[in-house]
Amino acid sequence: MSTISLQSIEKYFGENYVIRKLNLEIADREFVVLLGPSGCGKTTTLRAIAGLEAIDSGDILIDGKPVQHLRAGDRDIAFVFQLFALYPHLSAYDNIAFPLRATREGTDVVDRQVREVAKALQIEHLLKSMPSALSGGDMQRVAIGRALVRRPKALLMDEPIGALDAKLREDMRSELKRLHVENEATTVYVTHDQVEAMSLADRIAIMHDGVLQQVGTPDDVYLYPANLFVAQFVGSPVMNIADIEVRSGNGATRIEPHGSGVGFEFPAELGNMLAAAGDGGLKLGVRPEGIQVAHEQTTGFQQVEAHLIEPLGAYDIVDLKVGDQFLRARTASGFVNRPGDQVWARLDEEQTHFFDANSGDSLGIRLGG
Amino acid sequence: MAAVTTRAERIGHPIAIVAIIVVTLIFLAPILWITSTAFKPRAVATSVPPTVIFQPEVTPFVKLFTKRVQLREQPTQEVYDAAPWWEQAIFDNGERVLRVRGNVQPSQYGNRFINSLIVAGLSTILAVGMGTFTAYGFSRFKIAGRDDLLFFILSTRMLPPIVVAIPMFLMYRTFSLTDTHIGLIILYTAFNLSFAVWLMKGFMDEIPKEYEEAALVDGYTRMQAFFKIVLPEATTGIAATAVFSFIIAWNEYAFALILTNRRAQTAPPFIPSQIGSGVVDWTAIAAGTFLFLLPVAIFTFLLRNHLLRGVTFGAIRK
Ligand SMILES: Nc1ncnc2c1ncn2[C@@H]1O[C@H](COP(=O)(O)OP(=O)(O)OP(=O)(O)O)[C@@H](O)[C@H]1O
Ligand SMILES: [Mg+2]
Repeated sequence: MSTISLQSIEKYFGENYVIRKLNLEIADREFVVLLGPSGCGKTTTLRAIAGLEAIDSGDILIDGKPVQHLRAGDRDIAFVFQLFALYPHLSAYDNIAFPLRATREGTDVVDRQVREVAKALQIEHLLKSMPSALSGGDMQRVAIGRALVRRPKALLMDEPIGALDAKLREDMRSELKRLHVENEATTVYVTHDQVEAMSLADRIAIMHDGVLQQVGTPDDVYLYPANLFVAQFVGSPVMNIADIEVRSGNGATRIEPHGSGVGFEFPAELGNMLAAAGDGGLKLGVRPEGIQVAHEQTTGFQQVEAHLIEPLGAYDIVDLKVGDQFLRARTASGFVNRPGDQVWARLDEEQTHFFDANSGDSLGIRLGG
Repeated sequence: MAAVTTRAERIGHPIAIVAIIVVTLIFLAPILWITSTAFKPRAVATSVPPTVIFQPEVTPFVKLFTKRVQLREQPTQEVYDAAPWWEQAIFDNGERVLRVRGNVQPSQYGNRFINSLIVAGLSTILAVGMGTFTAYGFSRFKIAGRDDLLFFILSTRMLPPIVVAIPMFLMYRTFSLTDTHIGLIILYTAFNLSFAVWLMKGFMDEIPKEYEEAALVDGYTRMQAFFKIVLPEATTGIAATAVFSFIIAWNEYAFALILTNRRAQTAPPFIPSQIGSGVVDWTAIAAGTFLFLLPVAIFTFLLRNHLLRGVTFGAIRK
């Protein structure tokens, strides 16, 4: 197993600038997830690593050696396609054996390795089946078997479970995790599903319009989003974002969502930090669980109206009307009785983020904690 | 919709059944007619109204495959008994088989039939083979002016072929290709190639490129991926294209008539040429036509499983 390093990768499809100066280091045995919305260039990046797509500039290093001029077959990596791409005319066994036969291994070696990998994936009973007779989950197990059987330097997976239904996706997710733990294969995994990314990744690389936005552990990107895009792309329900005005005085800083007339209280030092950040517009970001809600008037809490209540089982999402703006808060289920109730709310300073409104970048201000 | 189907739904509406039977009969009538005539005694072959019930004979086929001479008198019992069974069948018609130094003299039909098989078979293999490669290229690679090239390939079929008959004849004469197998094979290959490219391109486009990419990543060359993955996936298309190409080459009449006359002549211009020589024997012509129908029928029958689309589809989830 081995490391992958992408250095300043650029890729154009005609006029379309699809990958923009992308840098990414992937450590040995690491599970990195490329996460981003549809069309942001995830698949193209993965295909470039595999050698299925030529890049226009930059270097791709596997184990420190540049491979961008090598053919796909000479890079010793395996690729799992979203639509599985099992050869329909070959049985599951022959599908898995196919990569081994390229290297002209002896029949007994091939047989042993196919059975070994089939055992790990618990698909031994399916080896004789043709792909058309397999369920979606089993097809994907066979496809993963085909990728693992060769013990490649790295495993690349392009939305491997995106075509499965929700329940199966969850099962396969934990199975992929188990496989990675057992095989310790360096893995690059593409998805647009943030839950998948959070649960599988050692590190997540978030892309948008061909630009890498942030690379970090799931906690990192969730707790400290580098910019507005990451802040809103990761987490569900989505982080609240609001234009704000800052007022200082009385030993506190008041943050007022634009035009709302409601000033949330923050420690005084925040005023200096925000002032130091420049004079451009500011935006606040806070996840629904970062908004604390109380039934009675409490010091440091502001009165707001509960406008809508979405019961989601384990918790409720309550739309709070703040002036003419809305902030969504997460409360215990049934906490707010009915829409129209007056409640008191406060923003947890540890969970409140500030962004430059022009660039969208986080100001990196961390209070408390 | 309930999952229950009534008997009528399964078998079809009575009116539909009647319509299908009528249409089938109309389409099959000429084939039935030719087939029955090929086994009829000559006396009833052209009777009006047609004779439907008769004792089938092999006489038409014996006549088809042999050269014969008229008998001046009925053969003696001795001669009759000495003749093989198939020759006995034509004595009644006042003819006997022509022999030179004891060897039966065959007619030209067998030769012409074999010519047809050679020409149609080889030109089909060539057209489908080249067409498959070309279609793969057009389907998978960025080719400058691809759409124009494809249109150009198709445009070779837009002119009615007979318009170029005379220039073709002159060209063939210049290059000594008239009345050669290779000449007709080249012509039919060129004929079918454009058609094969277009048909195969459609099939190639439907084979997901991930199949080959998976093979490429796994260490196969593109050539190996083509033969191990693409070709097996394309069998349906190849079978369909081969059947169409074969039918076109097998049935081609006009150029075969113009460009061949003996050695390389195919069956289509030969069969009617027999009508002109002496008394028209419709049973022998029907026998020739009946045999001529068989190869296409057999070829199509052999490939019938591949012609059914969708057998191998479904391993890539759409
Ligand atoms: N072969 C191609 N030719 C031209 N443009 C392409 C090609 N492949 C991808 N693109 C374009 O490149 C951009 C990035 O595509 P890519 O497939 O990498 O996105 P993605 O992040 O994988 O999206 P998705 O989540 O939908 O799979 C898109 O704008 C797409 O239209
Ligand atoms: Mg993609």
